Amino acid sequence: MINIIASHGSELLSGLGQTVLCSVIALFFSLIIGSMFAIFEVLPSKVLHTIGRIYVEVVRNIPLLVVTMFFYIVIPQYVASINGFVAGTIGLTIYTSAFIAETVRAGIQSVSGGQMEAARSNGMTYWQAMRYIVLPQAFKIVIPPLGNQFINLVKNSSVLAFVAGFDLMYVGNDIASTSFDTINSYLVVGVMYLIITMPLSYYMRYLEKRTNRGAA
Amino acid sequence: MRKILKSVALIFTLMASLVLLSSCGAKGEVKNIDAWDQAQKTDSITWGVKADTKLFGLMDVKDSQIKGFDIDIAKALTKQMLGKKAKANFIQVTSQTRIPLLKNGNLDAIIATMTITKEREKVVDFSNSYFDAGQSLLVKKGSSIKSVKDLNKPGTKVIGVVGSNSVENIKKFAPKAQVIQLQDYAQALTALKSGQGAALTTDNGILFGMAVDNPNYQVVGKAFTKEPYGIAINKGQGQLKKHLNQALKELEESGEYNKLVEKWFGNIAGFDYKEVER
Repeated sequence: MINIIASHGSELLSGLGQTVLCSVIALFFSLIIGSMFAIFEVLPSKVLHTIGRIYVEVVRNIPLLVVTMFFYIVIPQYVASINGFVAGTIGLTIYTSAFIAETVRAGIQSVSGGQMEAARSNGMTYWQAMRYIVLPQAFKIVIPPLGNQFINLVKNSSVLAFVAGFDLMYVGNDIASTSFDTINSYLVVGVMYLIITMPLSYYMRYLEKRTNRGAA
Repeated sequence: MRKILKSVALIFTLMASLVLLSSCGAKGEVKNIDAWDQAQKTDSITWGVKADTKLFGLMDVKDSQIKGFDIDIAKALTKQMLGKKAKANFIQVTSQTRIPLLKNGNLDAIIATMTITKEREKVVDFSNSYFDAGQSLLVKKGSSIKSVKDLNKPGTKVIGVVGSNSVENIKKFAPKAQVIQLQDYAQALTALKSGQGAALTTDNGILFGMAVDNPNYQVVGKAFTKEPYGIAINKGQGQLKKHLNQALKELEESGEYNKLVEKWFGNIAGFDYKEVER
């Protein structure tokens, strides 16, 4: 293991950087897109509700690799040329957003309906009630399952390796096939993923505890 | 404070177990079994072959058989070594999986468009070369790229396959180009078609196979490296190596080798099969 780190340290670090960069971008946008579709799903409007459901059901039930390959192979042929990193990040964002939508929707629906009614009868509009009363409570409830999604997202970012996104897994494949030290190469890569996901895991726990303090 | 200590301890335990695991791995190689004895007992040899490479080893979806030059050579060698009734088993490999699969004992030998290189000779043994390939480029017709020199510009993307030594070569011949490594040749070709790179590089035999199916693409420039293909076997399998080389020599002398070359490369436009005949 030490050999691999010593001889391929800079490649591994750049791979780690790409993985973190892709994860952060995907996390940010999937949270926004996911929340948007979650709200679609709980809106009284039939049309928006249907759009939300179709999006979630379609995206959630297609393998991530297929979504990513679509952006890597099909989009450049007909729309715009995008490289592996961009294709992978878009695929990951869309894929994760469906899961986040489901998680957030469950959170919104678990906030008692009385909250919305009380806000409305106090003169708030639907959107004000959503923004100031329902969503803050919903997000508090969904922090643990969201944390799960974030960790999954970091691990799923390894899909970039299949579209030459120069991420950690791609670098790992490269090192494994040039050094022929397969076992140690992948062990190093595994440990480096741990370095990203472990702190994330602990931070989510910490957030969970902190938000619970106010509630009790 | 105690909690932090606890988690630090946990991480250290994990790391320690990983290091332990990695040190066992090195000893897990298949050294004690003599592959030649095994082959004679079972009357069969298990070959690792490509299944995504036209002309050398390609899965025929109609009858789910792998077909190609490598396959025919492997069959001929098996019969030459073990007799008419012997069976050649085929397992699909990619450039990336072939060495690990050989080392963990899933394969007796690899015959999968594998170039004999010094780096590889450190981890596996090679037979004498059974085919003389050379690295070349596949580009879209009308492309401005005419030879490997045209690739040596910053921003030029070249597509290759993970674990093939053609990506290492391109780093030498066109150090300014960016190399994009994909999982196998089918994917690499799709990526070339969708414009992810300016050229696809690997051995000319493989590229000519691709050009046959894709008339909009052509092989350009002369081969800029020599890529002798060898059969890879595990280290310490001296008996098997001796018999492989012997059988290969017999195939060449009997003219069967040339027959196979003509069968697979005889009709390929732009490929002079006489050059690789022996």
